[in-house]
Amino acid sequence: MFFNLFHSLRRHGVPVTFNEWLLLQKALSRNLADSSMTRFYYLARALMVKSEAHFDKYDQAFLECFGHIESDDERVRSIEERLLRMPPLELTEEEKRLVAELDLEEVRSRFLEQLKNQDDEPHVGGDRAIGVHGRSTHGAWGYNPAGVRIGQHESRMRSAIQIAEKRSFMNYRDDVALDTRSIKTVLGYIRQVVREGPKDTLDVDGTIDATCRNAGELEFIWDRARKKRIKLMLLMDAGGTMTPHAELVSRLFSAAKDIVKDLRFYYFHNCVYQELYTDIGQMRAVDTRKILDTTSRNYKVILVGDAYMAPSELLSPDGAIDFWYRNDRPGIEWLMDIRKRFRKVIWLNPESRQWWPSVPSTRMIQRVFPMYELTLEGMRAGARALIKQ
Amino acid sequence: MDKFKGTSSYILSDALREIVNAAIVLQRPLLLKGEPGTGKTELAQVIAEDLQLRLIRWNIKSTSKASDGLYVYDTVQRLNDSRFHDKDVSDIRQYIKFGKLGEALRSEDQVVLLIDEIDKADLEFPNDLLFELDQMSFDVVETGDHFKAKHRPIVVITSNSEKELPDAFLRRCLFHYIEFPDPSMMEKIARVHFPNLRHNLLSQIVARFYFIRQKHELKKRPSTSELLDWIRAILAGGITEQELNKRLPFLGVLLKTEDDVARVAAH
Repeated sequence: MFFNLFHSLRRHGVPVTFNEWLLLQKALSRNLADSSMTRFYYLARALMVKSEAHFDKYDQAFLECFGHIESDDERVRSIEERLLRMPPLELTEEEKRLVAELDLEEVRSRFLEQLKNQDDEPHVGGDRAIGVHGRSTHGAWGYNPAGVRIGQHESRMRSAIQIAEKRSFMNYRDDVALDTRSIKTVLGYIRQVVREGPKDTLDVDGTIDATCRNAGELEFIWDRARKKRIKLMLLMDAGGTMTPHAELVSRLFSAAKDIVKDLRFYYFHNCVYQELYTDIGQMRAVDTRKILDTTSRNYKVILVGDAYMAPSELLSPDGAIDFWYRNDRPGIEWLMDIRKRFRKVIWLNPESRQWWPSVPSTRMIQRVFPMYELTLEGMRAGARALIKQ
Repeated sequence: MDKFKGTSSYILSDALREIVNAAIVLQRPLLLKGEPGTGKTELAQVIAEDLQLRLIRWNIKSTSKASDGLYVYDTVQRLNDSRFHDKDVSDIRQYIKFGKLGEALRSEDQVVLLIDEIDKADLEFPNDLLFELDQMSFDVVETGDHFKAKHRPIVVITSNSEKELPDAFLRRCLFHYIEFPDPSMMEKIARVHFPNLRHNLLSQIVARFYFIRQKHELKKRPSTSELLDWIRAILAGGITEQELNKRLPFLGVLLKTEDDVARVAAH
């Protein structure tokens, strides 16, 4: 059942598997959705979509499959609304006594009979039909102690289609821009457990081993505690074409500052040459060679830039975009030096992936560094590459 | 078995309630994500309370290992005992200490098992749990004992997405993302904690709270628990709606960094 939803989800890029779809069938066979579209919406989502980043894609797929259906929840609600608008009914004691005499079984069978014969047009007063404020045994806000109620509890279930149409999870998509919190989350992936600090944790295995070697005489072995650390170096392009992305880069930077204790960061203009800058205005220069030599190989390096420049800026001596700037080594050699010096380097590009093949300088830089989009999805992939052994 | 309905002290959405029931019927772990302070951890408590089951809470730390959750063989104790000859060290069973997961699987009655903040642990941690959560059984290698749960525990897992969870693990769970409550839901939540608070004051406080949350690009956005503290402070300080309209008192209760306080105060 609902195989088209499964297909539609896969088409929208939700990684749903056949087993999860089978589990949905099991859930439906146990009537967990209770024939309600809204419940089905949430149930199918809980079973097949395992990240809030895919919720928006799910909404789209759901609309594609079921958007044309007017759900039953809606119908129940429209009946309810009509019921609510009616004034209440007053009964005399005598009438109440008469009404109380009906027994539940009889009421139920009459209700079912009624349902067969009646459409859901509004109905006020009366003794037989489903409506309101009547003495009939079915409907809402009427007076009958043995009555059957039709969904007049306060409905907090919104209609599934409306929920999907709201697309409230659009901001959680992983291929759109990032806020500081999600950047921190991704940078957190890079943190790895290392041992450091004083030797104050008992190494049980080591202790047993040493004690055995010591013929049973207890010998304690201590180890350094395990801590999560990242050493990260950020190299950010502060050139002119980066201006539209300045806000995004500054978010990345502030997230990194919050989460990374050993953060080193430098700026460059379009491409890295013999000098890097410690300020965004590029007034305070430091020697690139010195930084490469004095920074531990274990630093993870992230270069952030649009990789958009004239080929000469990469390939020629004195090719830097600043006319007065002299570089005797072409930029690409400096980039290759960075690649060689550090174990893990990635390049994050704020420009959309689809433009990369059409920019020669981007293609060249892609041959030096693995390049990822500066989106949540891209950063995740980049983070995975940074922690891979 | 009884259906989970929720309790009066915990406001939950209908969607979440249905998913909890689905997880119970399908016997799958329920994975919860959501902003801090959206009541992920409390949900397990409420399920246990409502169904009158025992709650076993396993708090995960960065050093937690999956096997420790089942049992630990206390070799050091045994070694120590053997030196002083004050116990019969040949009985290994007395040195097997069961962890929270082991406890849940050995329980005579059905329990609710909360695995709190699973993302704090090592990347491999969730994968190491797969077999035990599927089969609800485990072996103690040292003694050859085999334990199988008499009743499958109801498993609730929370994550703050500090790490990505492995796909194989995700496939076995039901997943729900608890959205940050909207203002009317938030009023209901606050109402549970402050039943006697005047209606006008409460809605004014909640309105101001959402103003702060949404208006400013904050480093750390205040959550439900901060709001409750704020209400407490406002009540203690005897602040009225009118005053609240003009200024924002006790900002330090809501905001936890100097930058954020300065940013909001500047407005």
